[in-house]
Amino acid sequence: MKPAPFVRHVPKTLDEAVRILGEVAPQDGRVLAGGQSLVPIMAFRLAKPAHLVDINEVAGLDRIDNDGKMLAIGACVRHAAFHKPAVDNPLGRLLSVVARHIAHYPIRMRGTFCGSLAHADPSSEWCLTAATLDAVMVAKSARGERLIDAKDFFQGIMSTALAEDELLAQVRLPLLAPGAKFGFNEFSRRAGDFAMSAALVTWRMQDGKMREVRVGVGGAEPFPRRIAAAEAALEGQPPGDTAFRAAAEIAASAVDAMEDHQTSADYRRDLVRAVVQRALEMSAL
Amino acid sequence: MTSPAKFIGRSVPRLEDRPLLTGQGRFAADIDFPGQWIMRVVRSPVAHGEIKSIDTREALKLPGVHTAWTAADIAHIPPIGFRLTGLKQLEAYRQPVLAQRYVRYVGEPVAVVFADNQYVAEDAADLVEVSIEPREPTLHASADLGVFDHELTSEAGVVEKAYGDVDAAFAAAHAVVALDLSIGRHTGVPLETRGAIARYDAERDVLEMHGAAKVPHWNRDTLAQMLDRATESVQLYEGHVGGGFGIRGELYPEDVLVCAAALAFKRPIKWIEDRREHLIAANHSRQQHHRIRAAIDAQGHILAIDNEFFHDNGAYMRTHAATVPDLAAAMLPGPYRVPAYRAKGHIRLTNKTPCGTYRAPGRYESTFVRERLIDAIADKVGVDKVEIRRRNLLPKNALPYALGLDTLGTHIVYDSGDYTLLLDKALSAASWDELQSDLKKRRAAGELVGAGIAMFVEKSGLGPFDTVRVEIKPDGAIEVVTGVASIGQGVETAIAQICADTLGVDYKTIAVTHGQTDRIARGMGAFASRVTVMCGEATRLAATKLRKEVLRAAAELMQTGVEALDIVDGEIVRTGGPGPSMPLAELARALPHALSAEDTFESSHMVYPYGVHIAVVRVDAETSGIAIERYMMAYDIGKAVNPKLVEGQIAGGFAQGVGGALYEEFLYDDSGEPLSVTFADYLMPTAREIPETSIILSEDAPSPLNPLGLKGAGEGGVNPVGAAIASAIDDALQRPGAVTQLPVTPQRLKRLLAGRRQSSTT
Ligand SMILES: Cc1cc2nc3c(=O)[nH]c(=O)nc-3n(C[C@H](O)[C@H](O)[C@H](O)COP(=O)(O)OP(=O)(O)OC[C@H]3O[C@@H](n4cnc5c(N)ncnc54)[C@H](O)[C@@H]3O)c2cc1C
Repeated sequence: MKPAPFVRHVPKTLDEAVRILGEVAPQDGRVLAGGQSLVPIMAFRLAKPAHLVDINEVAGLDRIDNDGKMLAIGACVRHAAFHKPAVDNPLGRLLSVVARHIAHYPIRMRGTFCGSLAHADPSSEWCLTAATLDAVMVAKSARGERLIDAKDFFQGIMSTALAEDELLAQVRLPLLAPGAKFGFNEFSRRAGDFAMSAALVTWRMQDGKMREVRVGVGGAEPFPRRIAAAEAALEGQPPGDTAFRAAAEIAASAVDAMEDHQTSADYRRDLVRAVVQRALEMSAL
Repeated sequence: MTSPAKFIGRSVPRLEDRPLLTGQGRFAADIDFPGQWIMRVVRSPVAHGEIKSIDTREALKLPGVHTAWTAADIAHIPPIGFRLTGLKQLEAYRQPVLAQRYVRYVGEPVAVVFADNQYVAEDAADLVEVSIEPREPTLHASADLGVFDHELTSEAGVVEKAYGDVDAAFAAAHAVVALDLSIGRHTGVPLETRGAIARYDAERDVLEMHGAAKVPHWNRDTLAQMLDRATESVQLYEGHVGGGFGIRGELYPEDVLVCAAALAFKRPIKWIEDRREHLIAANHSRQQHHRIRAAIDAQGHILAIDNEFFHDNGAYMRTHAATVPDLAAAMLPGPYRVPAYRAKGHIRLTNKTPCGTYRAPGRYESTFVRERLIDAIADKVGVDKVEIRRRNLLPKNALPYALGLDTLGTHIVYDSGDYTLLLDKALSAASWDELQSDLKKRRAAGELVGAGIAMFVEKSGLGPFDTVRVEIKPDGAIEVVTGVASIGQGVETAIAQICADTLGVDYKTIAVTHGQTDRIARGMGAFASRVTVMCGEATRLAATKLRKEVLRAAAELMQTGVEALDIVDGEIVRTGGPGPSMPLAELARALPHALSAEDTFESSHMVYPYGVHIAVVRVDAETSGIAIERYMMAYDIGKAVNPKLVEGQIAGGFAQGVGGALYEEFLYDDSGEPLSVTFADYLMPTAREIPETSIILSEDAPSPLNPLGLKGAGEGGVNPVGAAIASAIDDALQRPGAVTQLPVTPQRLKRLLAGRRQSSTT
């Protein structure tokens, strides 16, 4: 279980990194971040990149910045950076709740937030977070920089809008309103496994009613997304079992659930119903 | 043993732990020899097909690659023979060391390359071009017969066992209960994958293989035969072993290949299996499909059992030959009175990884089947699960009980036991009645919770013999040399405890040597929960002899009578009161190399521990998830040499039982492509999935077949777990007989839940 031969490049600056990536991308060059997804598939020789641009020594990429509106997460920020709230805002708590569902402790010490998004596993908790909160991705290449909205970023199972010479330098997450509520739930057969379905919800209470409701579902379709019909059903309703059940039912029927040899589409829809309901219940606690 | 036991029966700390906990362990991958070549196996990517060509030319061009072999290069090496239950008719189905004309499972070795290091070896293996013309794969053991080759079908053999008049019993029965049940394909997955390092020492003309485990002597003898060498010119060495579970340490093609290559190329050859290889190349186990019927009277007493089953052995018959189906058939009756019995097991080959034994082989399967049957009988006659068992259990005075069946070359005679007593102990420990009313309340409040129970008889202490030599060295060190093996179960500690009490020394002063074929001429190894029973008693015999020898020699030197002396804490002392004593070490110095004794324990019968498991589970109706809330295990093993070690065996076995009940399953697609090739797809339960358990060790029924009363403890933790959990799930769903298939995955549970909804509306 050893990878095929490759050349490892270790740039020290972001400019150098994107310059090298630009050069090697056409010869199957790839970014190496935490390596927690890439290295296993290289060990299985399912991927045989000829070049790796290792960004772990690029200065400044491990920063989390907060400008009062957005949390900006650099390309080398690890999952574990969110174990404790990274910002004094409901978003900080949200991220710390979600982070604990990602894999296991040693993997969280190494794997990166941006790497998860670039890898775009349908079940990734961070992809779900980015989709639900309408994150903005900062893609950088030798050609320049562009911003990509979450809804355009995810394109399929492990497929994103990033061009092969683009590095995901930063992800920007909008801060939540003070007092905003959130709930998260996922189902997997064992603790730490990729979720078979996951849901993240946020809203804020105004006059006893739910406002700015967001309902995101991951793990059920090729990539996570907001379920507009479920959000609409909740918007302006008082939080409670009736509203939650109705929204969960809508979410379950709205998803075009993936199937695999262990999981029928029907069963996955059951799971979507359960995780949405439970995420909503958690949000109302 | 003259003085009361100081060590036997106490949970003294393990002697094995120091090197393991201080990073001094030496596992197969830790062994390197200068100038070694790395071997990489090229495996079939096709489940069934005819090899058209194998082209190694590109691979051989790669710098660092030395050579490559295909079947033609080792045509002189025969297939690996059978170690147990080797019926002659099965021989045609043995696995060639490298595939010859046909490939029969994905993962079958078709070629090997030898290179400087692992990286180059894998690069080279990728470049070997294997062209295979696919044939239709056979994937289901109970479906129509497939083909093995142009002459043989996929039914390699049939195991038949019977006693009593089954047909008459069915004809006279009040009712018949029939079930169709299946157990999923899974296996032991040791933390340490397999590995073998062979080296030829030309000077001594000795072929060494390191990385041996489980059965070093049998493997040595077999390798010597296969490679046409004198037995003593092949030596096997066991290092630390990271788990065995029945699968690791059997003789596999890769072991033969490294040895043959070390001889051919006069180079050390190292092969370490990777995890993907492990999951497709090392023995699978367990997959069976049973169609069982019971004839019962109006009270639910069993009159007869008739069982036909299909054992999916994968592509070939490996070293265990018919062992697993044989044990399944022989042990199925369990602790109950079954007046007439018939079992017919079809050994079927499929285009999947070949099978062997896995901890509680045949019994995890047949206990699931039998206990499902007992639950179904309870439902049929309308009594509860406990009462139906009481009605059918063999009473204490029926033991010893000759079942009337044979397995592993022995007659099955339950040597001792009080099954009802252990059932009572387990029920009271679980507060069964309160538990029932509590669960009832919770179910009334909408929860899906339930309790299950399963009983079983295990077997252990398989002979035919074990030999032990105990020596006191000139420096006073005490060594026990045995031909058993350690797969991590605490052999050194338990054997040292027995030796210590017999001899009169501290167990910590004893070193136990095992698994080294050059240290003792013969040995049976570690399987079938045999080591503590067989090697333990051989140790007691040899140490008794040595003690006599020590006292005789000391009496002479100390000028007194033998009866006036005793050995206490390693000192030869006078029993009559004060007077000069002599440390054992001093005697050993005075008589260098004289203090050694060897003895053999022979046994033609196994000894039979027995147990009760109780499970409480909660089913999540919305996600079809299952949580085990509580789990209780009661096990009678006659005499626990070291209770802590026994509990460790039971707790570890339980985790594996949960794996087979809820998580672990080797799946294949329709073309025979394995789908469970990593730990992301083959789900082993982790500490997070395993609940706390409680264990009751009982010693009510010491074995009459050895003086210490020992029975083996290795398999009672795993044996009935599938059965107990299935019973608990039925109860949670309030649908007797709902679970017919293991593992109960969420997807399967969803179907059961759907059935529950339907039946509650109809
Ligand atoms: C046992 C196990 C369990 C796991 N369970 C979970 C889980 O439950 N949930 C979950 O979300 N994840 C899980 N993971 C995956 C883990 O979270 C990874 O860390 C993550 O998916 C990828 O991040 P990384 O930094 O390790 O990326 P890498 O493995 O280094 O890279 C992954 C891919 O993304 C590309 N890439 C990485 N960073 C960038 C970048 N900045 N710009 C452009 N491309 C980039 C790489 O080229 C590569 O193709 C698990 C992993 C393991 C081994």
